[in-house]
Amino acid sequence: MNHAAPLSASLRSRAEAEAARLPALLARAEHLAGTVLLGEHGRRRAGMGDDFWQYRPVQAGDERRHIDWRRSARSDSQFVRQREWQIAQSVAIWVDNSAAMRFASDKALPPKADRARLLALAVAILLNRAGERVGLAGTDLPPRRGNAQMMRLAEALTHDSDIDFGHPQSTGIAAHGRALFVSDFLGDIDAVRTALTAAADRGVQGILLQVLDPAEEAFPYRGRTIFESMGGTLRHETLKASELRDRYQARLAARKAELRTLCTGTGWQYGLHHTSDSAQSALLWLYRAFEAGTGGAR
Amino acid sequence: MTLGAIGFTAPWLLLALAALPVLWLLLRAVPPAPVRRRFPGVALLLGLRDDDSVTDRTPWWLLLMRMLAVAALIVGLAGPVLKPQQDEAAASGPMLIVLDGSWASARDWPTRQALIETLLDDAARAARPVALMRLTDPEPPVFRAADAWRGLLSGAAPLPWEPAPDAMVRAADMLGEGTFETRWLSDGLNREGRETLLTALRARGPVTVHESPAPILGLRPARINDGAVEVTALRARPGTEREITVEAHGRDPSGTPRVLATLPLTFAQDETEAQGALSLPAELRARLSRLEIAGQHHAGAVSLTDDSLRRREVALIAGREDREGLELLSQLHYLERALEPTADLLDAALTDILPANPDVIVLADVATLSGAEQAGLLEWAEAGGLLVRFAGPRLAASDVSRSEEAPLMPVRLRAGGRSVGGTMSWGEPKSLAPFPEQSPFFGLDIPGDVTVSAQVMAQPDPTLADRVIAQLSDGTPLVTRKRIGTGQVVLFHVTANAEWSTLPLSGLFVQMLERLAVSSTVALPDLAQVEGTTWQPVQVLDASGDQADAGTLPGVDGAALVTGPVGPGLRPGLYEGPDRRLALNVMTPGKVLAPVAWPASMTVTGLEKPAQTPLGGWLLAAALLLLCADIAATLALSGRLWPTRAAALVLAALLALPQPVDAQEIDKALAAASEVTLAHVLTGNRRVDETAHAGLRGLGDTLHFRTSVEPAEPAGVDLETDELSVYPLLYWPVTPEQPIPSAEAYARLNAYLRTGGLILFDTRDADIAGFGAASPNGQKLQRLARPLDIPPLEPVPADHVLTRTFYLLQDFPGRYAGRQVWVEAAPPDAERVEGMPFRNLNDNVTPVLIGGNDWATAWAINEAGNPIYPVGRGYAGERQREMAYRFGVNLVMHVLTGNYKSDQVHVPALLDRLGQ
Repeated sequence: MNHAAPLSASLRSRAEAEAARLPALLARAEHLAGTVLLGEHGRRRAGMGDDFWQYRPVQAGDERRHIDWRRSARSDSQFVRQREWQIAQSVAIWVDNSAAMRFASDKALPPKADRARLLALAVAILLNRAGERVGLAGTDLPPRRGNAQMMRLAEALTHDSDIDFGHPQSTGIAAHGRALFVSDFLGDIDAVRTALTAAADRGVQGILLQVLDPAEEAFPYRGRTIFESMGGTLRHETLKASELRDRYQARLAARKAELRTLCTGTGWQYGLHHTSDSAQSALLWLYRAFEAGTGGAR
Repeated sequence: MTLGAIGFTAPWLLLALAALPVLWLLLRAVPPAPVRRRFPGVALLLGLRDDDSVTDRTPWWLLLMRMLAVAALIVGLAGPVLKPQQDEAAASGPMLIVLDGSWASARDWPTRQALIETLLDDAARAARPVALMRLTDPEPPVFRAADAWRGLLSGAAPLPWEPAPDAMVRAADMLGEGTFETRWLSDGLNREGRETLLTALRARGPVTVHESPAPILGLRPARINDGAVEVTALRARPGTEREITVEAHGRDPSGTPRVLATLPLTFAQDETEAQGALSLPAELRARLSRLEIAGQHHAGAVSLTDDSLRRREVALIAGREDREGLELLSQLHYLERALEPTADLLDAALTDILPANPDVIVLADVATLSGAEQAGLLEWAEAGGLLVRFAGPRLAASDVSRSEEAPLMPVRLRAGGRSVGGTMSWGEPKSLAPFPEQSPFFGLDIPGDVTVSAQVMAQPDPTLADRVIAQLSDGTPLVTRKRIGTGQVVLFHVTANAEWSTLPLSGLFVQMLERLAVSSTVALPDLAQVEGTTWQPVQVLDASGDQADAGTLPGVDGAALVTGPVGPGLRPGLYEGPDRRLALNVMTPGKVLAPVAWPASMTVTGLEKPAQTPLGGWLLAAALLLLCADIAATLALSGRLWPTRAAALVLAALLALPQPVDAQEIDKALAAASEVTLAHVLTGNRRVDETAHAGLRGLGDTLHFRTSVEPAEPAGVDLETDELSVYPLLYWPVTPEQPIPSAEAYARLNAYLRTGGLILFDTRDADIAGFGAASPNGQKLQRLARPLDIPPLEPVPADHVLTRTFYLLQDFPGRYAGRQVWVEAAPPDAERVEGMPFRNLNDNVTPVLIGGNDWATAWAINEAGNPIYPVGRGYAGERQREMAYRFGVNLVMHVLTGNYKSDQVHVPALLDRLGQ
């Protein structure tokens, strides 16, 4: 924690800076049961809450005491005053902290892990502002609200792991909650499938954000090369790296397609982000992804 | 070994070329080394196979490039030489290089050295053993590998003498048996023994002579003749008319060695001798230390001078002075005035003077001498002294040399003398007759106003006519002379004052004295005089004509000094004996230079080395370039040479190239010109330069705090390149090892001084040395300042404007509060006006300020503003530092405001005028 403190502090300030550029993001819960708690923000539908939502004509089954007499007196029909339904949803975030994420092909580019953490925390802050509870999946950091939770998140996100490729963790995700997985997803696809299926089985919907380095996309290598994974556990030697490019890119495209298929099947959303692009655009996309999630439910 | 026009010094190395095909196969078989890359996407690569299962081979052009590089390396190391010199005479067998090694070889020694190196190169190429023999110092020849001689070559430098005939014979005996080729590097001068050696050499093999066609010049020792220094130059070969310049070197009054005079000499067509006379004022002549033919750097063109040209000692003795206090009537007044500039005057009793052995003794109206005095004088005169006597009332009244000639008088005198043209006598005052041809005064102009009204008369004697060297128009002797032993006695028949004649008032008197005094030159001592004495060398000449301190060389016998030729045991130079100094020159007075007449069958060539071009360096450079290209190509092939990175590297290399000097210089000058910038001269000694910089920074800060002068960061100035005119003040710390600036730099410095710049010279040694050449720094300062246009200097007078430009100061301490500080001298007519506190001195800034108080050290501060060096002790030391700062402030104020404070003198007068 000692050395992580300045890092987490800077990470948080940068995340705050990113988050400050977007309007508050309202998450939308599709399921009530179990996970729904009243929050201070309306869900743009009628429900239990303090704030006014809408007047609607009285329907059969409405109790008389629900009629808003002041409004009804101004017209012939009778209206019921509905209040906005306010809930707090729990969102679980998992960010890959494996060695593979620490790759950066150029000094000018941030490592993938850096970008992934930044995006994750920015989203967490937006969600927090919107009144959601945010936690980390796979760790003992349950979803909570408040600035202190942001501090804990920032601190927890700075931990690095030594394993070569990370696997999404579905533990710690509340049923019918929402989840955000950020990784390069270059490791074992089965682990991703398992985690995603497990999450979807529990009614969790979420976003899969794949963060890639431009070099991983373009494969600009030539000549006799020994490729090693960041942790050094995997190794592949080639005599002409340039000849591998097409096949590598085909495999990468296949991996992306597989992830997309996986998401479609489980109702998740898939996003791709390159570290050479701006973090703002990725955050915007995340924002819209959450919007789309709600829109789809609407 | 040679291939066409190319020869090789190490041909066996070429065998390595046979290994090239093997190398080709090896290089082909080994693929380029793999690059290790960290890459997370490796998980996707697993299982992918290369299409081409054959290894990625090195491309053929890269292989070719490598082959070429290696081939160039091998050939380069084999030492290829274009057009190697072919020796048709003897391309094998031992070779003997014979050097004359005399002073006459010293002039072309670099050329000779180059020739010897060429010969050694050739011998090395042909694997011939070589021996070197120097005839001035012959040793039995030892044949060794040519390369072994290279390091020993500097030890074979010429010596300042010629091979003696017996040395030549000895050398011929040393040659031993066996045959060898001989290369003789001759100096071109004929001498005994050459034939003997040549015969011995030719008996053992072919002989080639290398000789410079440039004529050898020599300078005989200078002699004094009729008051002029007679210079004779010789050349070995008669030829066309040629003009040479003889430089007279000596120390000027400030002790600085410089060229005092030059004398052009002309060798007439087909003449081998050129003569000339250097007419110098006696004052200058006494300062001569050596004569040298300009441009000839060998000992034969140098003639050291000794006591024979030095200032003479003259003892003046008058009869009893009974008219005390009347200076113009004093017997010695005119003599003193006439002799003072040219001679050292001794003033004591006669018996006290004689042991000092003066060159000249003048007796003015001294009639009788005591027995001891007379005996002493006689002995002294016989040993070469010049006794000059003047007549006078006392001599006329005495009986000296009346009936018979006194030993110390040239003639017998008649009683009473005579008086003409006076109030009580008939006739007109007599004038002088022209001087006879045998007289030493011959040729002097006689002014018309020289008249004689009284004289002592000589008795007619048979010898009288021979002894008269000047006479009056009526034929009566005025000056007579008699030789005594090697000396002489001269009698002026008039007084030494203006009582009897107007002669002492005229310039003729001075000229006559000069002729007489000059003709009493100290002659060479003869053998008998120096027998058994030991002479200590003071300075010795080397072969190139440079003087050096003799150090611990042993003394030599006087006899050898007079008779013997110079050689290993008797080096040319300046020797100090019991009572005088003697110069021993390479060229003796009777020496003649003659060219060698080699037999017609001999091969005689010049010293030029044949044109041959070693190619090894070029080939090695080409190999290096190819290897560099190989590095780039290999990197490119293995994908490690990223185009952007390569471009960046090339760009960085381009940027790292030095900017054009002009731009930098102009920037520096611009920066200096935009603010007041104090500057210090870069000495090359880093520590001194840093101290000077810190010192000027400290002074700048002080100025900043206390005055309205706010200098910029001080600048270090390189005299060779930097523009000086933008700096008001140059601080020049003197170090013994700093280089003397070039002539162009001095031209700029002089322009700087003339246009109001100021140089503060600091010898930084006031703690250990006084002013002058006492310390290494002082000597260096003299050498540095010699070409500078510096006016006469004086210690800072108490009313100099420097004492009050800002602070009122009386002394100018730095780290040392040592000695005086010197500035431009006040004009001689500067006088203190009544009512003014100080004189009106120079109207501009003194161009130099010279001292040794190490000011920069006292001023120096570090970045934090704290003094770097301690000054003195405790409070007194801090006080001294404060005074140093005050001196600095005053100095900068003086530079910037000139004599503004001096002009303040006029303020009362101006106010007064305004009031009316």
